Amino acid sequence: MPGAQVPITIEQLVALNPYNPDILPDLENYVEEQVATQTYSLDANLCLLRLYQFQPARLDVRIVARMLVKALMALPATDFNLCMFLIPERLQMEEPFLTLATLAHFLETAHFREFWDEANRNRDILEVVPGFERAIQGYAIHVLSITYQRLPRSILAEAINVEGLSLDKFLEYQVNNNGWTLEKGGQLVVLPANEDNHPVLRKSSADSIPLEHVARLFPVLG
Amino acid sequence: MAYDAGGYGGRDYGGGYDDSYDDRPEFRDGFRDLQPPEPGFDSANYVPDVVKTFVVYMYRHIREKNVYEIHQMYEGSFQKLSERLFKQSNWPAVEMIAPYVDNDHVFCLLYKEMWFRHLYARLQPTIEQRCDSWDNYCNLFQVILHGNVNMQLPNQWLWDMVDEFIYQFQSFCQYRAKLKQKTDHELAFLRQIDEVWNVVGVLNYLQALIEKSMILQILDDEKDGNLTFTATDGYDYHGGTNVLKVLGYFSIVGLLRVHCLLGDYQSGLHALLPIDINQPGVFNTVIGCQITTIYYYGFANLMLRRYLDAIKSFNQVLLYIFKTKQYHQRSSQYDQILKKNEQMYALLAISLSLCPHPKLVDENVNNQLREKYAEKMLRMQHSDEAMFDELFSYACPKFITPAPPNYDEPLVNFNQDAYRLQLKLFLSEVRQQQLLSSIRSFLKLYTTISIAKLASFMDVDEPTLRVALLTYKHKTHVINNDGSVLSNADVDFYVDDDMVHIADTKTTKRFGDYFIRHISKFDEIINDLDRVQLE
Repeated sequence: MPGAQVPITIEQLVALNPYNPDILPDLENYVEEQVATQTYSLDANLCLLRLYQFQPARLDVRIVARMLVKALMALPATDFNLCMFLIPERLQMEEPFLTLATLAHFLETAHFREFWDEANRNRDILEVVPGFERAIQGYAIHVLSITYQRLPRSILAEAINVEGLSLDKFLEYQVNNNGWTLEKGGQLVVLPANEDNHPVLRKSSADSIPLEHVARLFPVLG
Repeated sequence: MAYDAGGYGGRDYGGGYDDSYDDRPEFRDGFRDLQPPEPGFDSANYVPDVVKTFVVYMYRHIREKNVYEIHQMYEGSFQKLSERLFKQSNWPAVEMIAPYVDNDHVFCLLYKEMWFRHLYARLQPTIEQRCDSWDNYCNLFQVILHGNVNMQLPNQWLWDMVDEFIYQFQSFCQYRAKLKQKTDHELAFLRQIDEVWNVVGVLNYLQALIEKSMILQILDDEKDGNLTFTATDGYDYHGGTNVLKVLGYFSIVGLLRVHCLLGDYQSGLHALLPIDINQPGVFNTVIGCQITTIYYYGFANLMLRRYLDAIKSFNQVLLYIFKTKQYHQRSSQYDQILKKNEQMYALLAISLSLCPHPKLVDENVNNQLREKYAEKMLRMQHSDEAMFDELFSYACPKFITPAPPNYDEPLVNFNQDAYRLQLKLFLSEVRQQQLLSSIRSFLKLYTTISIAKLASFMDVDEPTLRVALLTYKHKTHVINNDGSVLSNADVDFYVDDDMVHIADTKTTKRFGDYFIRHISKFDEIINDLDRVQLE
């Protein structure tokens, strides 16, 4: 087509022309963009990992590391695992992948204290990606929310790695904005009710009968 | 879904595999008297009469768009002739039969497609033959993509094209990865042929077939109820061609398969989205396609921890195979069907061990499952990692490493690398879920229990237990594409400070359905009685 070039977004590229090795540099830049603008695209990143699979010599360890950090931030989604399925085993035995896998393991098994300790020891890998801490705290709260109706303050503190006055401020914010409440002088945190920490709220499809089934009886009932 | 061999409108045609084959016109030339060839028989350059007749008839049926006859010859006669004359040898070269079919370019491509499939199935292809079969598929697909074919071919054949295309690709990757046994000639050859069976090429052909056929648009239109494509099984009743459309459709399943072989389960499932596997569709018309679709769909979901989706889909297709496998006994596909059947039982066993939901499994399927895997499932429920390893290794796809190796480095065999990675990641997931089984069994015994007490029963300290409870919740709650949370836990609970409250999981009896069923049945009986004429 002669003339004007229609600007095409990365997402469109990935949707229309995903098996084209020429788009590899664009996808690499897009990872950097996701880091800088605190956005995220699993599809684009998987596309890049796939192209790296096809041309292993072009694999950029730094880019893949950033991608994996972004994937950790997407928890509880299984994005980190999805990426690992596409990264060669011998690479996974090297740094920084070994550390990232350890961090992922701690998060997948809710070992939050161990996670924050290990994260502290590896700030260089993590602080290149803004928003990391906040994202993991969000994940921790998600897991706590589907498990606990009321939880001891110390458990919360350990899970989100916040203590003392910062924790007080954090709790104040949650109480004012997200429906949390406090009991026992702030030692017990009451989380909002949802389907998972109040299983009785789960919608019961037990004995409701769709109209079509009953309609079958109309000729019989006369 | 009733068994349908995909015959041209022939829904009651079930005689695909009967003995009237020997009375078929193409066998008239003394077929039954023909002995298997002598050793040293030069099958590549001598064309037996019966083969001449075969290609002549096949060519005529294709020109006349007689899909029923093409299917009979493709599925039946070709297999019979292969079995009797070419058990361990190749069919005559295409140049030898071309004069009998007007040297028709497209027919020759189709003949070679069958020729290579026979070769890969019975013999070991040489590296030159692997290159030639790639070239043949390129030529064939290019002709089809340029819209130059006006044929109707049986869905079985069109599916086999896509299936075999990917199989030969897989075979090439496996072959290329075994560097240690290669001769210098082979290595020199390999260095030169980066484009042959190149993964990007394979994916782009599948993608091209999907795009050029506009199949995504067609399937999308069907969602509004305009079921022209599905209702005709993809065949064109207006004198047109079904080839491009149906190849495009089957390429969707092809993409699912290739992505899974590369370990990219998310993209595989994404590629399959246009096909709703819970509705009848063209993928049901060929049993090989149905099985392949569900096998990879289920496997991908298993790796994504979407155990409910995996269980439901395996159950669906295993039940179908259970009911219909007797009709496929004479088919050339029978062995493949049985193999995938066994593999899916293994995958179902794994899924149910990680996510027990016995009510999702049909009674017949469950009986088979118990017969094959009762003891192994018990071991898996007690976190026997070796058992998971064994079943996964048996049932998993043959993963591939898509990139060519660096031929300058020391030669190793790396054909197992891809499989080893997937196995390792799967087992580490299993390990992370280790405590879930015992939590489950304890929770089933109580309505409430304190953290302290439960910890002592499980022989762990309280912090460990709290962490394990969080893990249980995390692993059993799946995040959907729209961000909603779905629980696949059979036993659920919540924690209130230091007490665990187990949710009441007693399923309510569905009285409504029961009564409706019996009211209708009783009405039927009354009507039957009314019709009885007493003498």
